[in-house]
This record gives sequence, structure tokens and C-alpha cells, in this order.
Amino acid sequence: MKELKIFGVVAFFSLLTYYLVEPYAHHAMHAKFDAQGNEIKIESHGFVYDGTTEAAASAVAISDLEYKIGKEKDAKLKASLEKKLTLAKDVQAKKATFWKEVATIGQLTGNAKAGEAAFASCTGCHNGLNMNMGGVIPPNLDHAGALYDENYLIALLKDPAMASNVDHKYADTMLHPMGSIKGTMSHQQIADVVTYLKEKKAAEPTAKTAFMEACVRCHAMRYDKVTQLGDIPKTKENIKTGHDIDAMKYAQKVAEEQATLAGYMGKLPPDLSMIIRARSEHFMETFIEDPQTQLPGTSMPRVGLSEAGYEKVHEYLMDIGDPSKPARDMAGPWVLGFFFIFTILAYLWKSHQWKDLH
Amino acid sequence: MAKIDKKAFPFSKQWLDDRLALTTVMKVLNTEYWIPKNINFLWAMGMVLAATFGVLVISGIFLLMYYVPTVEGAFDSVNYTIMTEVGYGWLWRHIHGIGASLVFLIIYIHLFTGIYYGSYKRGREMIWISGMLLFVLFSAEAFSGYMLPWGQMSYWAGMVITNLFSGGSLEAYSFVEWIRGDYVPAQAFLGRFFMLHVFLLPLIIIATIVFHFATLRLPHVNNQEGKEVDFDESARLWKEGTVESRKKSEVIPFSPVFLSKDIFVMGVYFILFFYLVFYNFDFAMDPVNFDPADGLKTPAHIYPEWYFLWSYEILRPFSKDVGLIAFAVAQVALFALPFIDRSPNVAPASKRGLFKYWFWTLLVIMIALTALGKLPPTDPVFAAMGLVFAVAFLLMGPALYIITKFEKKIEEGA
Repeated sequence: MKELKIFGVVAFFSLLTYYLVEPYAHHAMHAKFDAQGNEIKIESHGFVYDGTTEAAASAVAISDLEYKIGKEKDAKLKASLEKKLTLAKDVQAKKATFWKEVATIGQLTGNAKAGEAAFASCTGCHNGLNMNMGGVIPPNLDHAGALYDENYLIALLKDPAMASNVDHKYADTMLHPMGSIKGTMSHQQIADVVTYLKEKKAAEPTAKTAFMEACVRCHAMRYDKVTQLGDIPKTKENIKTGHDIDAMKYAQKVAEEQATLAGYMGKLPPDLSMIIRARSEHFMETFIEDPQTQLPGTSMPRVGLSEAGYEKVHEYLMDIGDPSKPARDMAGPWVLGFFFIFTILAYLWKSHQWKDLH
Repeated sequence: MAKIDKKAFPFSKQWLDDRLALTTVMKVLNTEYWIPKNINFLWAMGMVLAATFGVLVISGIFLLMYYVPTVEGAFDSVNYTIMTEVGYGWLWRHIHGIGASLVFLIIYIHLFTGIYYGSYKRGREMIWISGMLLFVLFSAEAFSGYMLPWGQMSYWAGMVITNLFSGGSLEAYSFVEWIRGDYVPAQAFLGRFFMLHVFLLPLIIIATIVFHFATLRLPHVNNQEGKEVDFDESARLWKEGTVESRKKSEVIPFSPVFLSKDIFVMGVYFILFFYLVFYNFDFAMDPVNFDPADGLKTPAHIYPEWYFLWSYEILRPFSKDVGLIAFAVAQVALFALPFIDRSPNVAPASKRGLFKYWFWTLLVIMIALTALGKLPPTDPVFAAMGLVFAVAFLLMGPALYIITKFEKKIEEGA
């Protein structure tokens, strides 16, 4: 039938345009390339932390530098590139050794009891009191065993800057707020503490708790009335003046915490209320697994969420950033069903009206 | 004063007819508004557009009740208040967003239908021109609306587009500031675009839609063969009312016969519409716009919504001044279509020799420009293709003039 043929042509060009401006253009826009123009595929590794992403990043950096050195004619620039190459190779070797050591510690059998004793010294900072220490509030570890990957926790106790893959930030004079721990614990002690966390701090958190422990000290969530200091407390205004002095005091505390944080991180980490709509699923996954893959040089540390931990955090981001999903899923079939029936009835009416016309 | 039946019961049919000529109005607008019979579903796009515009107005009214037109409040009023606190606020927002995108899809289908069947000439020039006017008005409406959520893309698209008014090497920055009411897009800018979007432009659009309908009245709607229908004779045959005479008549009344088909097409269209509203709305709400506006952080890629991409791509590949001129030409070129086309024929493109190839080439060029408008121009292949297609678009005008100048007249009945 002629009308169906015309419809086919219209649908073809509409879908072609859609394909080009949506999936294809977005892919092309977010693609990353190395110096030779080969696409670098950024993939999630299932939230396992063993130095794979670091090794891949080093390999690209080194091959990029080697390629540039091969093409560089100017002797001075060439020398500076070669210096960079030596540094990159150093970093590669350092990271490889580090993750090899982490793997060795992973082989040890930890003792939860001994770990608990050693953990007592951690609670000096990790106490849930919302005190800024060295730029940022130390995280509450009540559900650390459930939220974070075991290998990551080992790496963190061995060298926090290396584990969170922000060692470039601390290469010169700046000290990681938890940096004092580096080299002070024996491998057995590390294994003990991690075993303790995995056994005794592993109750399943709610989605919101997961976010509060893993993200909130840097990222506010204003659509859930959450600041860097946690839930905004309920306060009352003075009905005679209309002013809420407690709220003002709290706002000041938040502003001060944000100023310290921004000073430490270089900028204020963004509020995450809408992040689930602003970034793709793939970006969120790979970025949280290792922020350096998507934003090289960013000061955001890798937080070391396990896959289960990420799912919890993701659930909370969805709850706040896309709250209409349950309502959509409920109403969608009804509305579409209505229009199906509408269309069938309209077709019958149309057939009736056009019955004797030709 | 006209004769009035003084005994007529108030608000009875006679009473209303004496005062409002209701029966005549119904005839003129509905039961004796003649549409050719030889049409396909593409002829329903006008009513589909009217329906979509209605849906946009209604959803817009609901959104307007909660939207806050201030730079501090806009983003959260859209993304929090409407999406979380207002019952079914998300539904109105999705309908408004999808409607804004689909209205352009249908406009483009409507426009290419007009070009394909030659419905813009030989008495139908004003239909085309008023239609193009609506296209420009809808573009302004869409652009002003895109500013309102005050996300990153709102802000930066506003920055880029208002910058165009500096006129390239004219460097008329004071003019740009005059438009913005500030050095950069800020409160004055948002307030102005808010007013334009919810009041002035819709008002002008409604008036222009009425005008567009009026332009159809005398030349009548075209048909699939571009045939000159004898409307008086066909109307007479239809009104005779027998099955035989109605079969012989080449027309149908707008209501109910034409409308019954329109409503069926609308049904199919709204299935697609609400599928997108519930299950695939991301394409109409760019992720970048879910980051709040930040004048200190330019997004890596700034691009308009898909329906502006082809003209954006005509601007991009050239140097500053040439690009602006090309862009300006592209905006008005389609208005002149009825006068560039010198052919004596009103017929579908398939019967018009070289024009057939011209039509499909134009479609391909515009789709290519649309795609390239979003692809990163940092890629040398995309940049080169952008230039080729932009030049090709500009050459399509002269090409049409030459092709149609030599087009042979199609004999009646051939």
C-alpha cells in the first residue's frame, strides 16, 4: 500500500537522524584518543582494585610520549619529553610494585580480634564527629566492610595516596591527611584490620547510609537536604522576628566547612542531586571506579567502593535525582494502552467515514 | 440591523444564528470546508501540529505555575520543585520537553511534504510564507524556552547565540549587551526570555497559526497529484448526497471525513509521543543541562537542540564573517522557495524530472548538516564534511533556479 511505503520513508529518515544526533554523536563526543589517534576504550572492571587501570593509564602515557619523541625535531623539547618519559616509567614501576605488594598482603590470613585492637587507633579520626582534619572530614567507617573492596582497603592502609590514585597530588610537599599511616603498619596488621572491617563492620547499609559514609563529606545533596556535614538539622524560627538563628549558625558552619574543603580540593566538589541525569551510566561506573580515567588529574580520590557498595550509592542517587521513575513505570502502560484503544476506535471511525468514497 | 426572529427562544439555534450566524460558521469552517480526496497521511500533519501546540500550551501552563524565573531559583524550581514536589509535575515537564522536540520533527515532515508535492506555488505562496514564519517563531519559542531551566547548556547556548548579534567583525558588543541587559547572560536576560517564552511569542504564534489557516482558504489544500480540482463542481456533487455522486466528487468535507483520518493519525502519533514521554525522554533533555549554569566553566561541547543543528553547522565551518552571512542566508533562503522555483508544474517531485533529485539531495544535505552540527569539529574529517555540506546547501538555491527554469511543462492527463 502506498501510504505504508510513504510511512516507511518518513520513519527511515527520522530514525536515521535520531541515530546520528543521539547515539552516534554522543559516542563521538565522549570518545578519548591517544596521541596516534587510536580510541581509548574506558571500561569498568567490576569494581576490583588491583592496579589494572593504573597500568593501562601508564601504558598509554608512555606510548604517547614515545610517539611524540619520535616526531619531535626540536632538541630542547625532545629532551623535556624524554624527561617526562623517564618519570612516567618510574610511576609505572612504582605502581606495579605497590599493587604487587597489596596482592601479597591479600594472601595473608588476618585475625579479626587483633584487627579490632589495631583499629582502636583509627577511631581517633574516624569517629563520626564531622571534624575537618587536614582539609576534609575523615569518613565514618561503620559499614566500611560492606561498602569497600577488600583489596582497596589493604592498599589504603599501605599507602592512602596510591590506593586512591591521587599520588600525583602529593608528589611534592602536600601531605595526604591520612598519609602518616604510610609504612607504619606491618603487613600482618593491615591484614588484621581489613579482616576486622570485613567481619565486624559489614552490616548492609541503606542506600542513603552508603552515600553518607562514602560521599557526603565532599558532596552535598541539597535535594535531600544533605550538606557536607550530613542531614540539615530541624530548627525553628523565632516567630516574633521571623529569623531562624540556629539555621543561620548551621549555614555558617557549612559555609566554613565548604571553604576548607574547596581550599583542599582546589574547588568545591559538586552537589550530586542531579548527577544521575547529568552523566551517563557508563560515566558514573567508570568514574567512581577510578576518577582518573574520565578526568585525568582530578583531585577526587578513588573511594574504593565494591560493586555492592556502588549499587547502594547508585540507588540513592537515583532516588534523589530521578524520583519519578516508579510513577512513570506505573502510569506508562495505562497511558499507552489508552492511546492504543483510542487509535483502534479512530481507525474504525475513519474506515466508516471513507467507506464509499472511492 | 439584520432581520431577527423576535420569537426565537434565547440561545436556541435560530436565536444564535440570528446573532452569530452559527450555521454558516460551521459550514465555512467544517462541513463545507472542502479538502481534496486524493491525499495521504502526510496531509494530517497540520492537525497533528495543532494538537501538539495545544499540548505544549496546556503543559506549559502547569509548569508556569511552579517555575521561578530567577537565576537563583530557576534550576531548582524545574529539577526539584516540579520533578519532586508537584504531583505529576514530572509528567508535565516530560510532555513539554518531548512536545518541543516532536513539534519540530512534525514541522520538518510538514515542510518537506510541502516541497515534495510543490504545495508552495501557483497561488499557494502565502501558505508557504506564513508557514515559514511559524517555523521561525517556533524556533524563537524553543530557544527562549531552552534558557529557562538555567542549566549549563541554557547558559552557554544563550551566550553563544546572543554573541552572534555582535555581527562578526562589526564587533557590536554594545548591541549584544543591550539584548542581554547585562555583560553576560544573567537575571535581566532570564527575565526577558521568560517573558518572551510564556507571553509574547505564544501570542504571536497563535495569531500566525490563524493566519496560516486563513491562507489555505482560497487556494485550498494541494493533493497527491498536484491536480487542479474544480472545487465548485465537486462540492456540488458531494452535496447531492448519493453514493454515486460522492464517489464522483473529488473532495471531502473537513468535518467529519477529513477529520476522521486526522484523528486516526493523531492516535498513532500520540502512541509514539507518550512512549517517548515515559520511556525515552533523555534525547529531549540534554544531560549537560542537568548541571546548573556556571559562568566560569565552559562545557566541552556546546551544541543546540537537534532541530537547530543544520543551521548551526552552516555557521560553523566558515570564518567568522562568512559564517555569519551564510547563516543569515540559510535562515531566509527557504522563505524564497516559491520564487526560486521557476517551474510551471505543481506536481509530486517524482514526476518533475531533475527536481526529484534536487529534493532528495536537499533532504540528505540537511540530515548530514544536522548530524555534523553535533559531531565534534575538532575531528578534521567531520570539519571537512561540514564545510562541503554547508557549501552544498548554499548551492542548492541557484541549482533549483536553473533546474526548474528548464523543467518541461507536464501536460494535463499525462
